[in-house]
Amino acid sequence: MSRPETFHWFARLLHWLMAAMIVSMLFIGAGMVTSVESKHTWLLAIHKPLGISIFVLALIRLGFRLTHPAPPLPDDMPLWQKLAAHASHWLFYVLMIGLPLVGWGMLSAGNFPVTLGGGLRLPPILPFDPLLYAWLREAHRYLAWLFFLTYLAHMGAALMHGLIRRDGVLQAMTGRRAQ
Amino acid sequence: MTDERQESRPPVRTTGRWVAIGVIVAAVAAVFGYVGGWLAPERLTPKRIVDELQSTGGEHPGFRRNHAKGICVTGRFESNGALAAFSTARLFAPGNTPFVGRLAIPGGNPYAPDGSIPIRSFALRFDLADGEQWRTGMNAMPVFPVTTPKAFYDLTVATHPDPATGKPDPEKAKAFFGAHPETGPFLAWIKSAKPSASYATETYRSINAFYLRDAGGQRRAVRWQVVPEQGPEGDGGAAAGDADFLAADLMKRLGQGPLRWHLQMIFADPGDPVDDATKVWPDGRKLVDAGTVVVDAAEAQAAGPCRDVNYDPMILPRGIEPSDDPLLPARSSTYADSFLRRTSEEAHVPGTAHPKEARP
Repeated sequence: MSRPETFHWFARLLHWLMAAMIVSMLFIGAGMVTSVESKHTWLLAIHKPLGISIFVLALIRLGFRLTHPAPPLPDDMPLWQKLAAHASHWLFYVLMIGLPLVGWGMLSAGNFPVTLGGGLRLPPILPFDPLLYAWLREAHRYLAWLFFLTYLAHMGAALMHGLIRRDGVLQAMTGRRAQ
Repeated sequence: MTDERQESRPPVRTTGRWVAIGVIVAAVAAVFGYVGGWLAPERLTPKRIVDELQSTGGEHPGFRRNHAKGICVTGRFESNGALAAFSTARLFAPGNTPFVGRLAIPGGNPYAPDGSIPIRSFALRFDLADGEQWRTGMNAMPVFPVTTPKAFYDLTVATHPDPATGKPDPEKAKAFFGAHPETGPFLAWIKSAKPSASYATETYRSINAFYLRDAGGQRRAVRWQVVPEQGPEGDGGAAAGDADFLAADLMKRLGQGPLRWHLQMIFADPGDPVDDATKVWPDGRKLVDAGTVVVDAAEAQAAGPCRDVNYDPMILPRGIEPSDDPLLPARSSTYADSFLRRTSEEAHVPGTAHPKEARP
């Protein structure tokens, strides 16, 4: 076998760490924009540094993925499922990198300081433009929706591989070798 | 390998597993729906509060949903350094910090007559030299009517004009105030409050409490106010029938020179409420005059620099921190909602109403 059965341990570590961060992030985002209580404040305080952390980890992960091939999908998987798997994985990369950038850009365009807590502040990446702010703010919302739906499909597909097909695809990421 | 996998597959009894997968996916979606409020319609959200304000003030695309009528001002804060010992915020060191401000009256109608309400507001965004910002929205009243966002929402609903009469239903308002004794100080004040003839002669207060943090890490609870230097003299009062006398008065005064307010920090004594905007702090509290807010120009908000500023009071520089006042996160989240609505309208984002009115 020239290609590995499972993902590299570092890829698995990044996957599960970022899975926890991203799912938390989606729920934090949905909760903070619909609350008026003190949780609005602390959810927002988590949202920004967590988003930047995901952005940085996603860049590392992309670099690692481009240099370390993923285990092949089973030969007997229908072509449409293979295509969907590849497309959704690259969509994840676009969203993991793009959504934090849209958030950062949106705050920049709105002339809001991009504070990360502890006195840390990022520079603006776009000039003040309230109309651009509005478009980016809406894009942030709808891309987050897309992220959540892609995550649901991904989780459903992973469970299908693990519980129905039992073809080793889920184990490639959990690290237990397929029998 | 492929053959081994084939052999390890179970006989087809997958229905239960498919159901399990469906249940898991649906459960995650449902939790998300709950957290995001779609499956929790009773929750008080920024959207519900802004919808209520909007339905009271009328539909005015492109305008703020509250304090819709106002005017932009610009100037600088001249710090005397007296507050530097109490807060590490850079603008309290001796020196000048520019600001973009806005003087306004409450309510969602940008055409409301200035005399229709006895409250004026002053919002400021200080742009600190190091790129930090301090945003504050102050009102010329001693206290806020209610303590919590829920009570604010209920107040807005209870005093919502009846479509039949155009006036609030007195019975509903009475029931609300009866159930909310914390409104007492506000009601006592507003009974004798008169609409001022000028923005320039009002004292504007933070009303919510905050903390200052000094270089040693110690924090102290404060409220702030800006107290005018200029008196009402030379001002003939509002001309009868003039709905827009505040802007006219401001321009006239600025034609004669800058307007000045003293930024004063009032320090809480132990036991003073720092999370309740309905309660005044007794007189005699320690007060530090931090310097002068100097306004030297004003322009209409339609094209003014304050138009697309969200005066979110939670945007604070290091050295100033929020208190646990429950109104503060609600102000932050609802201002964000209002800001997105009006900028989306200006940007002609699909699904939003287009601004079509001439802006006063």
